[in-house]
Amino acid sequence: MERAPYAELGGKRTRVKRGLSAQAGRLCHKKSMATALALKNLWAAPDKAAQATTERSWVRWSLITVAVLFLGTFLFLPLAVVFVSAFAKGVSVYFAALREPDTLAAIRLTLLAAGVAVPMNMVFGIAAAWAIGRFEFFGKSFLITLIDLPFSVSPVVSGLIYVLIFGLQGLLGPWLAAHDLKIIFAVPGIVLATTFVTFPFVARELIPLVQAQGNEEEEAALTLGASGWQTFFRVTLPNIKWGLLYGVILCNARAMGEFGAVSVVSGHIRGLTNTVPLQIEILYNEYQFAPAFAVASLLALLALVTLVVKSAVEWKAHKHVEQMEAAVVSIAAPVMTPLPGVKAA
Amino acid sequence: MAIRLKQKSVLPGFGLSLGFTVLYLSLIVLIPLSATFLKASSLTWPRFWHIVTAPRAIASYELSFGASAIAAALNLFFGLIVAWVLVRYKFPGKRLFDSMVDLPFALPTAVAGIALTAIYSSNGWIGQYLQPLGIKAAYSRLGVIIALTFTGLPFVVRTVQPVLEDLDKEMEEAAASLGAGRWQTITRVILPAIMPAALTGVTMAFARAVGEYGSVVFISGNMPMKTEITPLLIITKLEQYDYAGATAIAVVMLVVSFTMLLTINLMQAWSGRRMRSSEGSELALSEA
Repeated sequence: MERAPYAELGGKRTRVKRGLSAQAGRLCHKKSMATALALKNLWAAPDKAAQATTERSWVRWSLITVAVLFLGTFLFLPLAVVFVSAFAKGVSVYFAALREPDTLAAIRLTLLAAGVAVPMNMVFGIAAAWAIGRFEFFGKSFLITLIDLPFSVSPVVSGLIYVLIFGLQGLLGPWLAAHDLKIIFAVPGIVLATTFVTFPFVARELIPLVQAQGNEEEEAALTLGASGWQTFFRVTLPNIKWGLLYGVILCNARAMGEFGAVSVVSGHIRGLTNTVPLQIEILYNEYQFAPAFAVASLLALLALVTLVVKSAVEWKAHKHVEQMEAAVVSIAAPVMTPLPGVKAA
Repeated sequence: MAIRLKQKSVLPGFGLSLGFTVLYLSLIVLIPLSATFLKASSLTWPRFWHIVTAPRAIASYELSFGASAIAAALNLFFGLIVAWVLVRYKFPGKRLFDSMVDLPFALPTAVAGIALTAIYSSNGWIGQYLQPLGIKAAYSRLGVIIALTFTGLPFVVRTVQPVLEDLDKEMEEAAASLGAGRWQTITRVILPAIMPAALTGVTMAFARAVGEYGSVVFISGNMPMKTEITPLLIITKLEQYDYAGATAIAVVMLVVSFTMLLTINLMQAWSGRRMRSSEGSELALSEA
């Protein structure tokens, strides 16, 4: 907020000229010599001064226009086209598309896959964050890199690796066939592929958070006689709950929307191994555009909810930091006032 | 001399949490991934080479890497502008735009794919204006670039934004007071400071784009030798029950993604060091 006066300089030169000396006085007092010098320059040549720490207003507005147009075409248009096309044939077609038995089966399967993959990855994320964030050990950064691996593997390859293990031609294929177990082109394969693709999300969100918080609070709890699990549930978990929530939501959005990996392992059996994204593909390829976009609008809504939760979590985290800072200041303030009889150095 | 594998800590649960982490990681990620290499090793080297250098495979690499590079470059250019505008300027709807930047992370790729195709096809919202100009956006290489630009959009913005927020305005003031024009200040002071972050973001966008499948298959038209990306080639081979061929191409993609991951990690370490060293010198200055 302190920076506001500078930002305004470019646009409002007349007011700047009038208020300048007062501002310069205040700022010289507060800021470094560099600022004072810059402000002196400012006084001497207001036109140049306006360019010192911000751009001319036409530059600013054209940059803003470029950014808004770019984001508008690439983000808002695709989102808008989903909803407009979904309702293009009317509300009744929209809801009929969602009530179609194959679509309902796809929704159930997607919920099942996410319902297994997300909790597993959540438990993994918490364990990884505890091990990596709370302890120093050999090979830690290598472990973090390995956790990131699924992010860098193409979704298609993510599906393929399970086909190569569990498929008929795969390493375990003959054994599975002999025991009449089906993983590829069946639900377990879809769950596995979803788990692989969403593997790092919760861990990625939690590790830096846990690292940033340090061990002091847990150590204090242990000193006061809490058990390990008590410390975890009463101290650690409340501290990371917002990050955890965001990680889980993101993991869930990706799990429900995964297309490439699931498409490789699913076999596209209607009503049996079709997830929501695969159902969208089938409808779209059959030129049933309105129903395809109707189903797609469900996933688009999920994406919007994810973004809202993200903003809320960031806002919460920001507020938390502010509160912490305020608390630190109020604790530190009495200490900083010099004790009576002690001369300031 | 004994190597200390773990520093002492009073906190419990190290064995349990690390054990579970490593076990789960091995079961879900490491063992399946290594199985691919095991499977590929059953191919003889000449056969492997024959598959991965077939003209159709080469054409798919050229498209995947070329389009990803162009998309990453577009994202660098526009990403820097978006990050700059979001950090430095005030305009109506700024917070909405800021939170929307993450949409490509949250929106399923299949949804993005059909939405972009609908926009850029010849009767779509944008496609209908490109058609008279002789530009074919959907079902062409341009379509692939558009889809990959969408998927890679958040990376540069999100890596550059925090660095730009932390950037000390006093450095710019000092530059200005020493006689630098605004353009000089931007190119000589601000750009060098955000470059490591921007390069990390570009590499991430590129890595993501190379493997991208869902958003591309709808808009690309999938013509062999022309608009067929490498992941699609793997799927095509799988559908023809050509497991050896699919595995060989997958190994090429895996090697590329491991290299990218390594590059990204090195770059992040580099930019982290740069930030720390600049903080260190500031500390030294304030102590002096």
